[in-house]
Amino acid sequence: MISREDVEHVARLARLALSEAESERMREQLSGILAYIDTLRALDTAGVEPTSHAVPLVNVMRDDETRPCLSQDVALANAPDRSDDFFRVPRIIED
Amino acid sequence: MIGATIHELTTAYAAGERSPVAVAEAYLARIDALDPRVGAYLTLMRDEALAAARLSEARYRAGRPVGPLDGAPVALKDVFCTRGVRTTCGSRILETFVPPYDATLVDRLRAAGAVILGKTNMDEFAMGSSTEHSAFHVTRNPWDLTRVPGGSSGGSAAAVAGGLAAGAFGTDTGGSVRQPAAFCGVVGLKPTYGRVSRYGLVAFASSLDHVAPFALDIVDTALLLGAVAGHDPLDATSVAAPVPDYVAALAGGVQGLRIGVPDEYFGAGLDPEIERAVRVAIDVLRELGATIERVSLPSTEHGVATYYVVAPAEASSNLARYDGVKYGLRVPGKDLIDMASRTRAAGFGAEVKRRIMLGTYALSAGYHDAYYGQAQKVRTLVRREFEAAFARVDLLAAPTTPSVAFAHGAKSDPLAMYMNDVYTIPASMTGLPAVSVPCGFNAAGLPIGLQLIGRALDEPTLLRAAHAYEQATPWRQRRPVLS
Repeated sequence: MISREDVEHVARLARLALSEAESERMREQLSGILAYIDTLRALDTAGVEPTSHAVPLVNVMRDDETRPCLSQDVALANAPDRSDDFFRVPRIIED
Repeated sequence: MIGATIHELTTAYAAGERSPVAVAEAYLARIDALDPRVGAYLTLMRDEALAAARLSEARYRAGRPVGPLDGAPVALKDVFCTRGVRTTCGSRILETFVPPYDATLVDRLRAAGAVILGKTNMDEFAMGSSTEHSAFHVTRNPWDLTRVPGGSSGGSAAAVAGGLAAGAFGTDTGGSVRQPAAFCGVVGLKPTYGRVSRYGLVAFASSLDHVAPFALDIVDTALLLGAVAGHDPLDATSVAAPVPDYVAALAGGVQGLRIGVPDEYFGAGLDPEIERAVRVAIDVLRELGATIERVSLPSTEHGVATYYVVAPAEASSNLARYDGVKYGLRVPGKDLIDMASRTRAAGFGAEVKRRIMLGTYALSAGYHDAYYGQAQKVRTLVRREFEAAFARVDLLAAPTTPSVAFAHGAKSDPLAMYMNDVYTIPASMTGLPAVSVPCGFNAAGLPIGLQLIGRALDEPTLLRAAHAYEQATPWRQRRPVLS
């Protein structure tokens, strides 16, 4: 079971502004799903290595060379708000 | 020529019996007439398709087609970036996003001469098994418009089944190509993890996402895979192994192949009509010369729980990028965090929010080891069982899904929806290639899928067996009637 406080904490971490009704529905649904997932916790996995990826690939390297890339205008074309060559966002630093 | 396979079409183009432009026009006209009822497409690429078809026609006239996909009318799930054509991922948050580049898949299809008809509907961010979680509209199953096409690549599956594209691509993370292929009576192949580049694919769960084709038959499946497989320097997770000639590998049948039938895929919850059809299909493989033996994959029952930790955890991280800053929706807020929180609240649908919450919870302080860490260890157990099975057999045969296509709205409980992936998840978590091939119909006339699973990078054996089965059975001749 997870509490309303848990839901609100996780929603803050996830940057999701949930309504009251959504939070309550989320609490119920997550509790149900987690109860099912909790069956995993009973499994004995002592000494078992985790699998993070389906294929054994590590540290893929390439030469550090410059290559053609998007122009600033193209990269900014989808920006919800821009100022000259920058993405514009609400003020972050206080006066 | 609607309903013809890609290899039939391109053979007719080469013989001068058909024109790529006329075929593209016929597909676009059929989409105009029928897609309002099916809802397979989100964005039609009419002008681009006709321009590509004209170029293809010129190549055939000059006697120089670029390959066996030249002029093939195909559809793409709206999860692949297409330069200059909006790519929504089925989400309000990307409703107006126009990518500045093509995915490698799209690049390779264009280079192969394919005619891209449009972008197909999907569950938002590929999260779902019914395409009901699209922010835009539902997609209907061409076999029965009151039912779902499966998901998350439901638009692509319905397009191929309904004669609205000759082939298509989707993505398979937990079954999102194989399950809709089974529901819609077409072929769906999840290649080995890393076999096809994911550059330009909008990420959902990076350790599980696979690019995967839909087709009317196995020859087309082999052609589509061959055109797009192979290493890509832009995708560090793509594998460097050479790409075999998948079509040439189809010859030879199943004589001498050892096929394992996992007990755990025939347990409680499997629709008896599906069990019957799949067992009959396995008998056909035996009659064709394969040796059939029982195998056991005891961790199958933990697959769904494991997947619903790993996939949401990775999704919660991947989807952090939708913050209203660089692209997509922005809802103003009093500061950066408020802006991101409001943007995400307005832009994501209920299922995406649920998975972000689940994944964030599973990764949060105090829970990481118990959930994500444990799930990764169980993933190892699943992998070891497959390795043990493949020490004895060459392929596994099983149902693709526990049920046939269900009615819209039938699975409103999230957990009930998740359980639909029980037979497709294990091959996703292990990265093994797996194909769903039509293997019959239930009494109501709804399609059933046979799933074959192979060794890593052994698509040639997998497709060879699927081809032998397909050629020995009549299922591919039966198509849904849309009029």
